[in-house]
Amino acid sequence: MSDTTLAPETAPESTPSHDVHGGHDEPTGLWSWITTVDHKRIGIMYFLTSLVFLAIGGIEALIIRVQLFAPEQAVVSAETYNQLFTMHGTTMIFLVAMPMAVAFFNYIVPLQIGARDVAFPRMNALSYWIYLFGGIYLNASWLFGAAPNNSWVGYAPLTSTQYNPGLNADFWVLGLSILGVSSIMGGVNFITTIIQLRAPGMKLMRMPIFTWMTFVTSFLLVTALPVIAVALILLAFDRFYATNFFVAASGGDPVLWQHLFWIFGHPEVYILVLPAFGVISDVIPTFSKKPLFGYPVVVYAGVLIGFIGWGVWSHHMFTSGLGPIADSFFVATTMIIAIPTGVKIFNWMATMWGGKIRFNTAMNFAIGLVALFTVGGLSGVMHASAPVDLQQHDSYFVVAHFHYVIVGGILLGMFSGVYYWFPKVTGRFLNEKLGAWHFWTTLIGFNLTFFPMHFSGMYGQPRRTWTYSETLNVELFNQLSTYGGFILGVSTLIFVWNLWKGVKSGEPAGSNPWGAATLEWSIPSPPHHYNFPALPTVQSREPLWHEAERKSIEVVTLADPEVEPEMPNPSYWPILLAAGVTATWALVMTGIWWVPLIGLAFTAFCTYMWAFEDPFAKKGAAGEVTHG
Amino acid sequence: MRFSRLAALAGVLLLTACGGEYPQSSIAPASDFAHRIQDLYFQIFLWTMGILAVVWIVLTYILVRFREKPDSPEPEQIHGHLGLEIAWTIVPALIVVAIAVPTIQTTFDTQTPDPDAMVVDVIGHQYWWEFRYPELGGERTANELRLPVDRPVALRIWSDDVLHSFWVPQLGGKRDAYPLRAVPEGDDTKYNWIFMTPQEVGTFMGQCAEFCGQSHAIMGMRVVVESQEDFDAWVADWNEGHAEVPAAEEIAEAELEEELQEAIPIAEVAALQDTPQDVQDAASQEDASQDTASQDTASQDATDSTPVSAEQALIDEGRQVFQSGLGGCIACHAVQGTDAAGVIGPNLTLLGRRSTIAAGWLENTPENLVRWITAPQDIKPGVLMPGVDVAGGNWPATGLTEDQVRAIAAYLHSLR
Repeated sequence: MSDTTLAPETAPESTPSHDVHGGHDEPTGLWSWITTVDHKRIGIMYFLTSLVFLAIGGIEALIIRVQLFAPEQAVVSAETYNQLFTMHGTTMIFLVAMPMAVAFFNYIVPLQIGARDVAFPRMNALSYWIYLFGGIYLNASWLFGAAPNNSWVGYAPLTSTQYNPGLNADFWVLGLSILGVSSIMGGVNFITTIIQLRAPGMKLMRMPIFTWMTFVTSFLLVTALPVIAVALILLAFDRFYATNFFVAASGGDPVLWQHLFWIFGHPEVYILVLPAFGVISDVIPTFSKKPLFGYPVVVYAGVLIGFIGWGVWSHHMFTSGLGPIADSFFVATTMIIAIPTGVKIFNWMATMWGGKIRFNTAMNFAIGLVALFTVGGLSGVMHASAPVDLQQHDSYFVVAHFHYVIVGGILLGMFSGVYYWFPKVTGRFLNEKLGAWHFWTTLIGFNLTFFPMHFSGMYGQPRRTWTYSETLNVELFNQLSTYGGFILGVSTLIFVWNLWKGVKSGEPAGSNPWGAATLEWSIPSPPHHYNFPALPTVQSREPLWHEAERKSIEVVTLADPEVEPEMPNPSYWPILLAAGVTATWALVMTGIWWVPLIGLAFTAFCTYMWAFEDPFAKKGAAGEVTHG
Repeated sequence: MRFSRLAALAGVLLLTACGGEYPQSSIAPASDFAHRIQDLYFQIFLWTMGILAVVWIVLTYILVRFREKPDSPEPEQIHGHLGLEIAWTIVPALIVVAIAVPTIQTTFDTQTPDPDAMVVDVIGHQYWWEFRYPELGGERTANELRLPVDRPVALRIWSDDVLHSFWVPQLGGKRDAYPLRAVPEGDDTKYNWIFMTPQEVGTFMGQCAEFCGQSHAIMGMRVVVESQEDFDAWVADWNEGHAEVPAAEEIAEAELEEELQEAIPIAEVAALQDTPQDVQDAASQEDASQDTASQDTASQDATDSTPVSAEQALIDEGRQVFQSGLGGCIACHAVQGTDAAGVIGPNLTLLGRRSTIAAGWLENTPENLVRWITAPQDIKPGVLMPGVDVAGGNWPATGLTEDQVRAIAAYLHSLR
């Protein structure tokens, strides 16, 4: 680097005049949140909603753990248990992990690329409302005593009306269809945003890694979600209109469902994990006070994972009997995808090597990801081996594996991101002492819950089982898991308490409290609703770590504009349209072909009104735009 | 070298030491198939543990060595190193190849059919397993598969309803059971297969491994691997079918009684026992030693000139109730050599020889049979079999009386 680099810690720690300031020019009140099209508010709503669903999914998990505490118990009935684990999986994947990542996409990406909002602000709001309504619809099934009971993979023909005549699978197939709409729109929005709205000088290879991973993930969303949408629509037709796509006796093929599900399902794994990789690729350099080691390699590895992720799906189907040729192909591709994943791990470690590592909660969680995701990755290599997988598949060994990936990878990454960006979002720090408690209880609880599952699985306990025979002799492992689960529950309570305290009375943080390098740290915390008074020009990957560049950027980003930039007006059409979309799908449940058309007509009406709404009309009337 | 041997040894100990206490262990192989998997797993286990150790050790070193201290120098702003990037791409790639090659070999080897193998049909049902021997005499049994040791078998697997997965970890990996798909005329029906040769005599536990509905958790099975002679004897007995329940002295009465005593409180045993005299005897001999009891049985056997013992009467009554169609048992169940020829539920021929009932969930005792026949849904929610008072699936409640249930249980338990 010939450029003069600014030692990160000499960057101004804060700019007091902008502390806790950005909110003053924004309307408040419930209606302003319902009609908001501001990506930051939508990001916050995404986050809080996913937190609520995290609590619901967590409670489901704890009931599961209580039921499995001892062999041959009946704390809950078999039917209830099946509903619990189905909803736990469905909730954690579709209502927690994905939307929590989307919360970060929403809040952080426009700030990182120097944009004032996403490309389609109203569509962004629409995505959120559909997510919320879809989540509520899915969980409303509990009120009918008919929560989905077909497991989160919903293998045919257990989802057919013959074997699942109740409302349970109806809620599942329609709920996921609704949620898919939200995800696809989110993907479109972020691809467009990242391609179109980067600040001057922000070349693709200057984008922060989190934005890069958002970019890759968005492509996966746009391409993978339609596959499950197709599968769900076929299934919906089987259930409601008596088709036979998955009915073997009529020549349909249950294996077709598995292919469709996993062609979506494996890219989905990367949809979940790449954002977390992105978060810690920003966190680790910041707290090592070193640029990311091998930036281009980390980017290419992420892109490569995104591509190869499409060619590995049948490793979920080694027991399905596809034959040795297909098995071998998917063995090979799955092994190959381990390489770029490993390369990322090594690059994170090399970033820390020779650095000046500052341990705080954000960094601890990032390091925890590196250490624990590796465990999940390596057990993944074990069942990438088809014959070995024949023993491990659908046993608790696999449950251990994917929780190391999803909790050890994704959730720790998300927590890292929360501690890292909380000061930007609220202008306040989260409490580090509570953060330490949160981190260590998570670490202990997590390992205590999921490590013993390797053993219970190896000793023959299959997953998705309501109870287990005493003769299996796996009680000890299950008890440890249950204790661990409750520690994880406590850790989550600590986290929520810390968030609450942070919002209420956290230490004020300046615009760049961590001495980080990327653009979002050049603006006040919390940011103005228009983010950037004028667009900064970027010259490098670490713009705030090069003194001259930082100064030139901050002249723009910290200035009070004479005329505030014009931002789109709030709109209530997104929430109404979302209601229309949800109603359309939900009304399919009636089984009468024309009833959903009512919802569709309402959707069409809302779309029409939306199309002819001028987002920049009625200036000043909404109090949105003020003149200096 | 020495270290890696030590590591290997430690790994072996870790993997196998605990095998015995875990009857459904996936790392205690007892067939060629399971051994192949185990060997492969062990190789991969060592590789992955090696990688994990390297990552964790280096990570720990980094965290200790480079933690922020007051005198820490300013980090050099390094952006990367091509040589390192290439190195940590190539090395994992080589390891992956080292894993993939034996994996693919094993994948092909274990899926290559043996033309001499005995085909056994494995059919998954909600929530029980059916086994058929098409190459012998079409024998059918349920939840307890019998196989001769050291003889290659080809398990031909399918499902009668939803997906299931046949998994007996000690005998090898699992394979899913699919409902048979209607195919155009001339095409072959697609089955799934497991090819393996059981190598040890013993009873092995297994369980359905693909979520199949409400009682997926209670869909277990046993595989009894026995000598060829024992297996042949079982096949012969099965075909003989015990159409006529043998005379009292032939039904291993002592054995039955022993089981009864284990399973049922004394008072109930007494109720089941031979004569009123014996009831008194049993009551007065409550404290008597086992020896005395068996002597008693022996002497009773010797003097068994009475026409029909009460026990035999109970069995006869049970057979009568069962075969008469009362309660509808025979609509679903079959007993070889009798008029009972239902094909919906498990075939009950030689039921008394099975170690468990209710798909591996309950020990096979008369008491558990009574429990099961009385209220199967209390034990296995969602089961299609109706209980005494509760309908199951499309079947009405059987409405059997307590005595009838007891008699049926005695009859079924006598099918040995």
